[in-house]
Amino acid sequence: MNWLWSNLDLVGELMLVHLALSVPAIILSFVISVPIGWLAHRYRWSRGVLLSLCALLYAVPSLALLIALPVVTGQRTTSPVNLVVALTLYGIAVIVRTAADAFDAVQPDVRESATALGYSEVGRFWGVELPLAGPVLLSGLRVVIVSTVSLATIGAVIGVQSLGSLFTDGLQRGIQAEIVTGIVATIVLAIGLDWASVAIGRLLMPWSRPSAAARRLSVARVARVDAA
Amino acid sequence: MNLLLDGIAWILDPANWTGVGSIPERIGQHLVITAVVLVIASLIALPIGGLVGHTGRGKEFAVTVSGGLRALPTLGLLTLFALWLGIGLQAPIIALVILALPPLLAGAYAGLESVDRRTIDAARAMGMRESQIVGKVELPLGMPIVVGGIRSATLQIVATATLAAYVADFGLGRFIFAGLKTRDYAEMLGGSILVIILALVVDGCFALTQRLVVPAGVQVARATEPRSRPTRPRVAVGRPINEGNPE
Repeated sequence: MNWLWSNLDLVGELMLVHLALSVPAIILSFVISVPIGWLAHRYRWSRGVLLSLCALLYAVPSLALLIALPVVTGQRTTSPVNLVVALTLYGIAVIVRTAADAFDAVQPDVRESATALGYSEVGRFWGVELPLAGPVLLSGLRVVIVSTVSLATIGAVIGVQSLGSLFTDGLQRGIQAEIVTGIVATIVLAIGLDWASVAIGRLLMPWSRPSAAARRLSVARVARVDAA
Repeated sequence: MNLLLDGIAWILDPANWTGVGSIPERIGQHLVITAVVLVIASLIALPIGGLVGHTGRGKEFAVTVSGGLRALPTLGLLTLFALWLGIGLQAPIIALVILALPPLLAGAYAGLESVDRRTIDAARAMGMRESQIVGKVELPLGMPIVVGGIRSATLQIVATATLAAYVADFGLGRFIFAGLKTRDYAEMLGGSILVIILALVVDGCFALTQRLVVPAGVQVARATEPRSRPTRPRVAVGRPINEGNPE
């Protein structure tokens, strides 16, 4: 505890740095994944290809990706941009599958009714499909939030500052409190962002008040995302 | 592209294929530790997950545990155990086991839970004992999802074992950290490429297994279905009707 009180500034600063790394990655991966997921849903031939690519990407170990990415991006390994790109790629690998499922889950009857009412394909996407897919998309986003915040710490071993620096520094100097602080701070940040995403979801999607049944469904979903 | 060529040249350099800490030795270490951790974690998580999936009790508990553990930063766990247990293999093994639990738990639980309640009711009505229901109905039908859980656990272990080279002298991650120390990017990249290939090969093997464990009957049913891909997939299907059965 003493360590924490005397290093409160450092922890606060690293939390901000950590936020600056993970929030852009989370937002980017969401924005990129939704259209890809829609493509996978809309065109059957693309589904297998896109989802397999995501599965492959997800299989690549994070540390190896961090080292290998500069070959493609031309960034230095230690640059924060490199880490954000890697985190974004992992986020995409996770959300695309959920996004495809989310659009699949929109009832065909609803989609046909929308067409019958005169929606164009674009209007139907924004006015009908996206709002209805929203809650499932949010569940995918929540998974990505937690995993991204936790994954961002890994950059510390190759020299990208984040809450992970508390782990590497704590190990080198043998300060247990520092490592524990890092773990707790990472989890707090993940939970905080998770709550924020749920709150934003409620604001944007007032029609998806989570009923008990929906919550059970999303719980089952998260379990499946874990397993898949 | 020069960087990439350097990395590949490092992998192909015969000097790296012999002696102490050679590429084959590191690959072997990586595979052995992955297997050991997977066995330990499976012995812990699969029975618990299976029990939860079969009885439906403690569902929230299983989901909370697997969800909560996912938020744990792997590097934090590794360094904490390394500090407690010293440099060596114990620390990474314990940390890796903990990290492999959530996907295994979720896979076993979701696999058994995915079986249609009506199928289980039918099995029970035919006079099967609970153990037979688990062994002959739930397990075979849920096997693809259970294997899926083992697959993601294995990926997690392979990836984290790379990171574990930070606190112990084993596995392919050593090349990355050694290269990092001497600013030898070719070695780092070479090590990374090997790790990526290893992960993809292991994942491919599991993808194949996942396909092979689909029971023959289910495969036939799937092939004869007019719509081969589920146009109304998992999310839309929701829960099966619980004809009078308690949850």
